[in-house]
Amino acid sequence: MSMDRKTFLKLGGCGLAAAVAGNKLAGLVQIAGGQSAPGEKTLRASRWAMVIDTRKCQRADGCDACIRACHEAHNVPSIPDPRREIKWAWKDRFEHAFPELETSPLPGDVRERQVLLLCNHCANPPCVRVCPTRATWKRQSDGIVMMDWHRCIGCRYCVAACPYGSRSFNWFDPRPYIRNMHAEYPTRTRGVVEKCTFCEERLAEGRLPACVEACPEKALVFGDAADPNSEVSQLLREQFALRRKPELGTEPQVFYLL
Amino acid sequence: MRDRVWITLGLIVFLVGITYPIWFNNAAGVRAEAPVLRKPVKGPNCVAPLEYMRASHMELLTAWRDEVVRQGNRRFVAFDGRTYTMSLSKTCLDCHDNRAEFCDRCHSYAGVSPYCWDCHVDPRQARTVRAWAGRPQAEGWAR
Ligand code: HEC
Ligand code: HEC
Ligand code: HEC
Repeated sequence: MSMDRKTFLKLGGCGLAAAVAGNKLAGLVQIAGGQSAPGEKTLRASRWAMVIDTRKCQRADGCDACIRACHEAHNVPSIPDPRREIKWAWKDRFEHAFPELETSPLPGDVRERQVLLLCNHCANPPCVRVCPTRATWKRQSDGIVMMDWHRCIGCRYCVAACPYGSRSFNWFDPRPYIRNMHAEYPTRTRGVVEKCTFCEERLAEGRLPACVEACPEKALVFGDAADPNSEVSQLLREQFALRRKPELGTEPQVFYLL
Repeated sequence: MRDRVWITLGLIVFLVGITYPIWFNNAAGVRAEAPVLRKPVKGPNCVAPLEYMRASHMELLTAWRDEVVRQGNRRFVAFDGRTYTMSLSKTCLDCHDNRAEFCDRCHSYAGVSPYCWDCHVDPRQARTVRAWAGRPQAEGWAR
């Protein structure tokens, strides 16, 4: 087949444009003769969500395996002063988690339960709205409310905006308070805010969040709420679930079964 | 014109004074030599061509950082076809296993001090701090 110069150039141009557009669409960039690529085992979803079964999370020994696993995995410091503490996951009394139900009649022992709390990864996150540097943003692909610690300037607007107390501020260097500091995950430093990221770094390696994996009672279920066949969707279809402070319209993606 | 002697003398003293470090170092045999860097423990190539790394490794690190944190891409196919995880502590320090005698040595020579290590943990450092962090925290949260 013969081809004149003009056609050759046209086709070549189209090919180049397609290649560039393809890479752009896939979000890949060229770096120093190499190229970035998504992880091979990355777990994907359209909308990550967690269902916490408070009935299963009632061990008499005051189990906190989930919290310890999370804090260990992310080099979270243990600071004794509650005004200065850092927490990605923690427990509180039912009434504190669901203050709007304080005067409602509730069945059985519900009122006495301790409830696991963490970032709700809201569909409509107020923290993201107020962040002046976009250090926190909602990942469009899977709904995780992400943190970019490189951009955080420590203004604490997000701490004020979050209605769930999910964000902690580093008032001083956290390193002396980290029990088992390891190089798998960076620590934070004085003057940045931190919170749970639904273990985004583990999902990228094909692993479930650390808390979900650590729970001995399988009380935490994690999955894609946009996929009707996922376990979380099934649970939410079959059972009545609560969300924290629904009246605020933040649309939490962490659900509680009673 | 009566001050000419004093002015000349003053100038000589001044010139000797400001060039003193040069005389002194020459006499003491000190030379500005490039720092001796620890060889990487793995190879044969770095994650980008050597010349690029020498001049622009900070740009590569910034690109890696943005890819991982903002785009969620964690894999890097290098110019030589090898695949790496884009990570400062887990990849760079895996081959350049001695930060003090590689990154820091060159940086102190060049007069730069990246703040990355305020957060990113050097695996060597992790071991020493681990021993130290085991101490009882009885003194409370006060700094
Ligand atoms: C697979 C192992 C490997 C990894 C991973 C690696 N390097 Fe290298 N690096 C090398 C080798 C081999 C050289 C070449 C050393 C030589 O020829 O003296 C080198 C050279 C360099 C140099 C130039 C040193 C000089 O002599 O001027 C810099 C700077 C550097 N690396 C930084 C990095 C950074 C930053 C990272 C992480 C992004 C990294 N390296 C990851 C193996 C590695
Ligand atoms: C061959 C010498 C050399 C080596 C080895 C080297 N660096 Fe650098 N690095 C430099 C120089 C010079 C600069 C400053 C460049 C400038 O400011 O334009 C720099 C800057 C940086 C910066 C940006 C700092 C800032 O404040 O903007 C980072 C990050 C960095 N280096 C990381 C590393 C890491 C990590 C290693 C070890 C794996 C390493 N470098 C090894 C010479 C070196
Ligand atoms: C305020 C703390 C902080 C500082 C300072 C910081 N980082 Fe990070 N960095 C993080 C956190 C947290 C992550 C997220 C790790 C993850 O998701 O696996 C990260 C991720 C990264 C990553 C990708 C993942 C990895 O394991 O390395 C790169 C590359 C990176 N940072 C480079 C840098 C460089 C270069 C500097 C210095 C110029 C720096 N960072 C300074 C906290 C910090």
